[in-house]
Amino acid sequence: MSHHRNTLKTSFSFSYTMLSLVIVFLFIPLFVVVFFSFNSVKGMQWESASLIWYKTLIYESPSLWAAFRNSLLIAFTSSISATILGSLAAIGIKWYRFKGRSYITTVSYLPMVLPEVIIGISMLIFFSAVKIRLGLFTIFVAHTTFNLPFVFMMVSARLDEFDYSTLEAARDLGANERQTLLKVIVPSIIPAILSGFLMCITMSLEDFVITFFVSGPGSGTLPLYVYSMIRYGVSPVINALTFVMILGTMLIAFFFRKFLKTVAASS
Amino acid sequence: MKRILKPRERERMLGTLYSAPMGLWFTLFFTIPISIIILYSFLKRGLYGGVEWEFSLSAYRQMFNPSFAKVLFRTVWISIISTLFCLLIALPCGYAMAKSKHQTFLLFLIIIPFWTNSLIRIYAWISILSSEGFLNTLLKNLGLIDQSLSLIYNNQAVIVVLIYMYLPFAILPLFTTIDKFDFSLLDAARDLGATKLESIIKVMIPNIKSGVSTAFIFTFIPIFGAYTVPLLVGGKDSTMIGNIIVDQVSKTRNWPLASAFSMVLTLISLIGVFWMLYSGKKELHQEKNNQQALEQNIKTHHSQRGKK
Repeated sequence: MSHHRNTLKTSFSFSYTMLSLVIVFLFIPLFVVVFFSFNSVKGMQWESASLIWYKTLIYESPSLWAAFRNSLLIAFTSSISATILGSLAAIGIKWYRFKGRSYITTVSYLPMVLPEVIIGISMLIFFSAVKIRLGLFTIFVAHTTFNLPFVFMMVSARLDEFDYSTLEAARDLGANERQTLLKVIVPSIIPAILSGFLMCITMSLEDFVITFFVSGPGSGTLPLYVYSMIRYGVSPVINALTFVMILGTMLIAFFFRKFLKTVAASS
Repeated sequence: MKRILKPRERERMLGTLYSAPMGLWFTLFFTIPISIIILYSFLKRGLYGGVEWEFSLSAYRQMFNPSFAKVLFRTVWISIISTLFCLLIALPCGYAMAKSKHQTFLLFLIIIPFWTNSLIRIYAWISILSSEGFLNTLLKNLGLIDQSLSLIYNNQAVIVVLIYMYLPFAILPLFTTIDKFDFSLLDAARDLGATKLESIIKVMIPNIKSGVSTAFIFTFIPIFGAYTVPLLVGGKDSTMIGNIIVDQVSKTRNWPLASAFSMVLTLISLIGVFWMLYSGKKELHQEKNNQQALEQNIKTHHSQRGKK
């Protein structure tokens, strides 16, 4: 018995050491950037502590904030539409047999696994073929498309655990389809819907590659703005922005900490 | 009066009603665009961008041009190396997380950098590795070097940053699968005389195969199609297939060639996905078989006892 405990302990400590190193590896770059966001001068030579870059970020970067507004707008609209379309489709696919069912299942899986570049290029070529002008609308369409599979998958997984007899009971008691949907199904799958929505928001705020292809003049999102800043000269304002964004991410993750495991299971 | 539908009809109608919006959305904004790409890859290049409506295989022929072949080859080896590193690092991490009592907190730690904007993370690496960056400044201050080392704009930098970016994609699925793994099986293997490593390789790995293949696909495919990492931290000789596609669309405006390269990328990704689905199904099948064999054993055991 005692040798068991010992070996388990050693294997635990090897993997645990590895995990600790990985967490350090994941955080060090972010720490470096955040640390130098408080530097009073540009560059990686520490001078003195200062909040000057935060001041620039807040008061003197109007185009950054315009890009951020675009990002928020796109994130919310595309996440709402993806959540509604994806959840409804998951319910339909789960409980009903109809024509095109297997087509929808297959096609809903693909955008998630194809490289982002492919999705971006195909959309760009499509929009220019049907002569839709690139702008906020095309970004909204693209984001809804790459968000949909995640909602669909998460809600489907949740529906697998749903007891079908509850549905029959509701119908036997005289509930019509709309009442069953809103009063029985939705309340019981709301955790999956919420974590799907959350996933959409973060992915939409995060996306650069697909947005890069389908954005037009004046419709830049925050990642696009960051990209142009990185390409055309490094600025410590990005360091300050990094800290703000990490805090935002932590806040989102904290509020939804109950769903982290669902998110992990599906990402 | 309302017409009463037969159950079968009603089912079809409701199913369509629920799923049609998403089905239409995907048809319009996914199936059709991908079909256009397939079509374009077989057309002739237009003089000022776009295409001419004439069948041609010239795009596929151009892909065998040595300079493109080199990029294709590089993409393959960079992707394989980075993916293998990701998996090898992620396996013990997933194991440690599954065994830990603080799962939510550890997930939190893995997800924070993972949710931080990818460009910001690349930017962080630029500010660490560049010639005036953190690492060079630190080494100079310590007196270890006089001149800046060139740590960035080469293939090694691309691989390190790719591993950094996609490690969580490997850790998360491995964690979820290992979390469901029955650890008492390891004890059983140890009791039967296996060493620790043996028990992990022979008992745990076969049981978490689906997690390993998911982790492989979820790291390999995005790395294979990587665009921003080689662009921002790679050198002249680190371009990958994703960069070619973008260049062909935005700079050279050779749409058929970009489409042909996209086809290659899509096909390779699809092969990977079907392999993953297939291995998942096989595993399910095997489990069923094992279950049946076990039941059979128990039955024969009982019947033998009955005879006695």
